[in-house]
Amino acid sequence: MENFTPIASLIGGILIGISASAMLLFNGKIAGISGIVAGLLSPTKSDTLWRATFVAGLVAGGLILKLLSPQGFEIGVVRSGNAFAFAGLLVGFGARLGSGCTSGHGVCGISRLSMRSIVATVTFIATGAAAVYIVNHLLGGGL
Amino acid sequence: MKALLISFVSGGVFAVGLGIGGMTQPAKVIGFLDFAGSWDPSLAIVMIGAIAVHSVLYRVIRNRPSPLFSPTFSLPTRTDIDARLVGGAALFGVGWGLAGFCPGPALTSLVSGNLPAVIFVVAMIAGMYLYKLIEVLRLRQADAKNKSTASRLVASASPVRRSHDDY
Repeated sequence: MENFTPIASLIGGILIGISASAMLLFNGKIAGISGIVAGLLSPTKSDTLWRATFVAGLVAGGLILKLLSPQGFEIGVVRSGNAFAFAGLLVGFGARLGSGCTSGHGVCGISRLSMRSIVATVTFIATGAAAVYIVNHLLGGGL
Repeated sequence: MKALLISFVSGGVFAVGLGIGGMTQPAKVIGFLDFAGSWDPSLAIVMIGAIAVHSVLYRVIRNRPSPLFSPTFSLPTRTDIDARLVGGAALFGVGWGLAGFCPGPALTSLVSGNLPAVIFVVAMIAGMYLYKLIEVLRLRQADAKNKSTASRLVASASPVRRSHDDY
């Protein structure tokens, strides 16, 4: 547990909770990032701008982080470009098939006590842990 | 306009939360998923913090008749556990564990100058397109089937499109 950052992670989590709550209070929307992005792939007149501005906000937030603490973007693991491409494909496809990702199911859905989100979150943590076990303990840590 | 400003600022706050929480570092995400190695519980603390805040505020906000800048709340309504939910989450988890990225942190990392984040986001969007393509083909097939039975079963055979709850 030498890399554990409880205080920073708690502050980060609180900010995420505030962001999700603001989206609900003001706009009536769930801050599920895969759903917000996927909605941009089938653009409709009334439903595109808020999605695009949310994603632009994410990227802008990334820029602020980059300026304040560039070390916050350290990859820290050995993965080839192909490994990242394969993983991205699985994440994009899986998030749509499973109706959500870590933000939608893991944060918003669990907060709403949605059984679907609880099942999805337990499932992706379990298969994620299995993938990590295989890479770290059977394949030597790199891909 | 006000609603769009909220979306932009919320996206920004979300990204900063991910960054401060350490979630834009794939090694920390993989460290959380590595239960057999040197486990890093940081991701769990991020989730607990976010859920603690949102689960309270969610209930307060839902007592309102409507959101402030929009006529209605758009909330998922499905409650059934089906194979698509579990299968999709399972695939998602494998990708998440392999790269240490999920959609939010990957988008937040787009301007970090890290090529892996760019590769991941492009592939992720391709995966979403692939899903959409398969879904369109599937619905078209279902429609064709429904039309052929509709000629026998009068007009009752309207195609039932299962709405996905869009997280």
